[in-house]
Amino acid sequence: MELQRLVQDNLNSAFWFRPELALIFGSMLVFVADLVWRRSPGRVAKLAGLTLAVLAVTAGLLWVQDGDAKTLFNRMIVNDAYATFFKWLFVAAASLTVLITAQSRELAPERIGEFFALLLCITLGMFLMASSTNLLMIYMAVELVSMVSYVLAGYRRGDRKANEAALKYVIFGGVASGVMLFGMSYLYGILGSADVLEFAPALARFTGGFPMAQPGAEAATKLALVLATVFVSAGIGYKIAAVPWHMWCPDVYEGAPTPFTAFLSVGPKAAGFALAMRFFLSAFAGPAHASGLADSVAGIPWPAVIGVISAVTMTLGNLVAVVQTNLKRLLAYSSIAHAGYMLMGLAAVSLTGVQSVMIYSAIYLVMNLGAFLVVILVAQATGSESIFEYRGLARRHPLAAVSFAIFLFSLTGLPPFAGFMGKMYLFYALFERIGLPGGGWYAALALIGALNTAVSLYYYARIIRAMFIDPPYEAAPPVRAGWGQQALLAAFSAFILVFGVWWNPIVDWSARSLELFRG
Amino acid sequence: MNYTGHILSWATFVPAIGAALIVLLLGLRYFTGFSKKAMDEAARWIALLASGASFAAAIAAWRWYQAAAPGLAVAGRSTGVQLVEKLVWIKPFNVEYFVGVDGLSISLVLLSGFISFIATIASMPWWASHRTNEMAGMVDDGHDDPHHPKHFSVRMVPGYMIMLLILQTGMMGTFVALDMFLFYVFWEVMLLPMYFLIGIWGGPRKEYAAIKFFLYTLAGSVLMLLAIIGVYYNSAAAQLADGSTVPHTFNLLELAAQGQAGQWAKALPILGFDFAKIVWVGFFIGFAIKIPMVPFHTWLPDAHVEAPTPVSVILAGVLLKMGIYGILRFNFPIFPEATRWAANAMAVFGMVNIVYAAFVCLAQKDLKKLIAYSSVSHMGFSLLGMAALTPTGISGAVLNLFTHGIISPMLFLIVGVIYDRAHHREIERFGGLAQTLPEYTGMMGLAFFASLGLPGLAGFISEFMVFSGSFPVFMTYTIVSATSVIITAAYYLWAIHRMFLGKVNEAYRGYPDLAWRERLTLYPLGAVAIFLGFYPQAILNSINTSLHALVRTIRVWS
Repeated sequence: MELQRLVQDNLNSAFWFRPELALIFGSMLVFVADLVWRRSPGRVAKLAGLTLAVLAVTAGLLWVQDGDAKTLFNRMIVNDAYATFFKWLFVAAASLTVLITAQSRELAPERIGEFFALLLCITLGMFLMASSTNLLMIYMAVELVSMVSYVLAGYRRGDRKANEAALKYVIFGGVASGVMLFGMSYLYGILGSADVLEFAPALARFTGGFPMAQPGAEAATKLALVLATVFVSAGIGYKIAAVPWHMWCPDVYEGAPTPFTAFLSVGPKAAGFALAMRFFLSAFAGPAHASGLADSVAGIPWPAVIGVISAVTMTLGNLVAVVQTNLKRLLAYSSIAHAGYMLMGLAAVSLTGVQSVMIYSAIYLVMNLGAFLVVILVAQATGSESIFEYRGLARRHPLAAVSFAIFLFSLTGLPPFAGFMGKMYLFYALFERIGLPGGGWYAALALIGALNTAVSLYYYARIIRAMFIDPPYEAAPPVRAGWGQQALLAAFSAFILVFGVWWNPIVDWSARSLELFRG
Repeated sequence: MNYTGHILSWATFVPAIGAALIVLLLGLRYFTGFSKKAMDEAARWIALLASGASFAAAIAAWRWYQAAAPGLAVAGRSTGVQLVEKLVWIKPFNVEYFVGVDGLSISLVLLSGFISFIATIASMPWWASHRTNEMAGMVDDGHDDPHHPKHFSVRMVPGYMIMLLILQTGMMGTFVALDMFLFYVFWEVMLLPMYFLIGIWGGPRKEYAAIKFFLYTLAGSVLMLLAIIGVYYNSAAAQLADGSTVPHTFNLLELAAQGQAGQWAKALPILGFDFAKIVWVGFFIGFAIKIPMVPFHTWLPDAHVEAPTPVSVILAGVLLKMGIYGILRFNFPIFPEATRWAANAMAVFGMVNIVYAAFVCLAQKDLKKLIAYSSVSHMGFSLLGMAALTPTGISGAVLNLFTHGIISPMLFLIVGVIYDRAHHREIERFGGLAQTLPEYTGMMGLAFFASLGLPGLAGFISEFMVFSGSFPVFMTYTIVSATSVIITAAYYLWAIHRMFLGKVNEAYRGYPDLAWRERLTLYPLGAVAIFLGFYPQAILNSINTSLHALVRTIRVWS
């Protein structure tokens, strides 16, 4: 009977797994098409079209899927509105990356099919990251994203920087995932289940007095619990590039093909946040804390720990970005800083905090992809990502310069650009907690976040200055952008401007998607 | 209150529409490729018309505003706010598009429209003899060599005009916004164009000046943003324009009513400090940077020295007023108790501003830097006057905003005239200009004497009111501050002596006197400066009602 129930549940679940199935079969299809169209003229366009079609089918299936919260595959993953929100972001990130990649000359046409197919695999991994509720499944999802990322980071095989990037990525990633797995094994041992949704009641038992009678058992268990949580956080922190797990980030960003860097900075990062929020809110909060996380588990104030990580992450990211001259490295440190900002929302451990991170992820996706698109354009013309090449860009390509300025001001968080409202919601999430008992430190965190905004302006403005104030250097090559690239730039800028002054839809959508499945 | 017009929105957004038109034309040029010259001329005309229309709308608003009318009623009390437009803008965050004017803002709306228009005229290479323009480097030969930049008025003209117009929208919007959030958006909208105007069209050290201005102001405004969110989160329920009741509000008038009813006493202290005081300080620092208040003033001389003349005009004429306006709009009505707590400190800072900056002026070699520091000194009068919390003091403080807003643009235009001819501003290198440029010397005399507070000119009235208003409250500070009158006279007269009198410097003989473009900007300002010197009532009538109500509110808390 039990076996029959398991099989039946798996069969029933398949229906709710259609978007993921589309990605699985779609990536295989792209692999095959890559072989079939080996010598076909215009294969880049064809392959890109096919990949976009796969993503469109996925999006269509996501659209017809209702967001009813339910567990799938015997509580391995869940289907809820929260996961669906992030899945839309991933589909958008993947589609835009395909569009950007197809128009950039950075990847050789012979190998672009693999790139697209692997991109679909990462997208699948991110889908799973956003919806896993079982430690095993979480680990599988994270590894799927990581493994494929290693390959794509080292995609330019002959390039020394790419090799270095891939190697660093593999080593850091391997350690991080090993540590994470180790932490998971502790959690499983202590709490007696791999199901994240069952952690909260198990933890609640500890607060009501320890079942073990031996002296010292309580302290030992607490220590093990703390260690396990730290280890699991390390794995997640590595994915979102939070300090002190950020070291891979600048090298990988610099070495990887720029379109993939762009994708890496928005997709897997958002997936990491989706996973982190679900994990912390489900495992440590449970239905009893409908509005937020228990303020301490095993005597450690986890929100404050996250707050400290957030403050350190944004400060370090911003301060190091100030001295960067390579745009890809600069944007890498800026993305570390943005992970720090988003961690403010996580540190608030409230539904408002979750919503603010969701909103920020959506906006960050557009502005960061846009910024990298300009980096691609300039690198195409000059073969370099040095800030020197941006001198006089306002004269050499006004559209690229103006839209880059819009993305950079939006990243700074200035109104009337969309990044401002994203940042404001993050601050607002903190302010909700300042008034509560013991919440005074949230004020300090908000202040650090605000001062960081001013620091970040400094290095973003350096790019602006190069583009608008400095004259072009002698014999600066002209920057050319295709129609598709110009249309993308214009569309991204329009998005940033429109949602900077009228953001009702995005907030309503995230509010509707706030329903987390809690078992 | 049956007003259904949109005059304030027109005044605010007409410049933005003009900017959008220029952008459209640029797009059109991209496809059709008409000549650069035609594009530049079109951009100039659009800017002039949009800015003029905005000024006309500001005048209309001024005419329609009735000083004695009770205005919008909030929480059962009339606020004097008129010409109101209110609709829900961002429903999920309870943000409204809420604009209106009371006696305080209507005078600044008028000032902002006037100065913007003057600055736009000053940005044109028109209405001057070929020789004058040639001396200034304004003759557009069609070549745009980025390594040898020409005069700002012929360099990247469409971009310049777009920035100037967006700046005008930001300024006007800041003065009419009555929703905290809307205010913040307009406040920040001013930042970007200012950065580009200084950074692209500025002088030799423009990069440094532009980024310094940007960083200082942004640091202030993020503090302000935190304060705004804090106030919002701790506010009580209010009604939105669509009639729904919401738990928190950004509505400034509603917040003032709540603050005066003791709402902030309910808020929990932040890190052991009283909520109202922390937030008061947050707002104050944000605004003090803009005033600029010593020790946050160092961005101002750099920005002024590098900025092109019309941008200096706007910076001194309008942007500096934002700081004092913000304090009177946020700190005073929303936190009356904290305002009383901080009044003494404000007065001290005002005194330091007045005296310290006046002494710094004495040491300046660069005429523009001298005038920049004199602006710092004069803004101190407003700080001192409003800290006194007396009706005369606060009226004087606001009148000082207006008179300084008329006089300092005139001073910067004066500097611009000589700089366009001589290409330097070093006081010592001139001499005997009065013989070469008699008309210019006349206008200079008017501006300098108005600024040093000669009776019969605008500056005198406001200084007198500030001193007589603050004397009963802060006797020592007022006496110390009053010494600045002598120092001010000293540095202005000494500058006149060195530049305009004495032996004629042969190098400057044969310079052309004022051109029509310069007359068009200097004469209207001079006329207003004289007019207000005899009839300050024109401005005082409208501001008194609102300000005296404000003072009464705060004094209730003593």
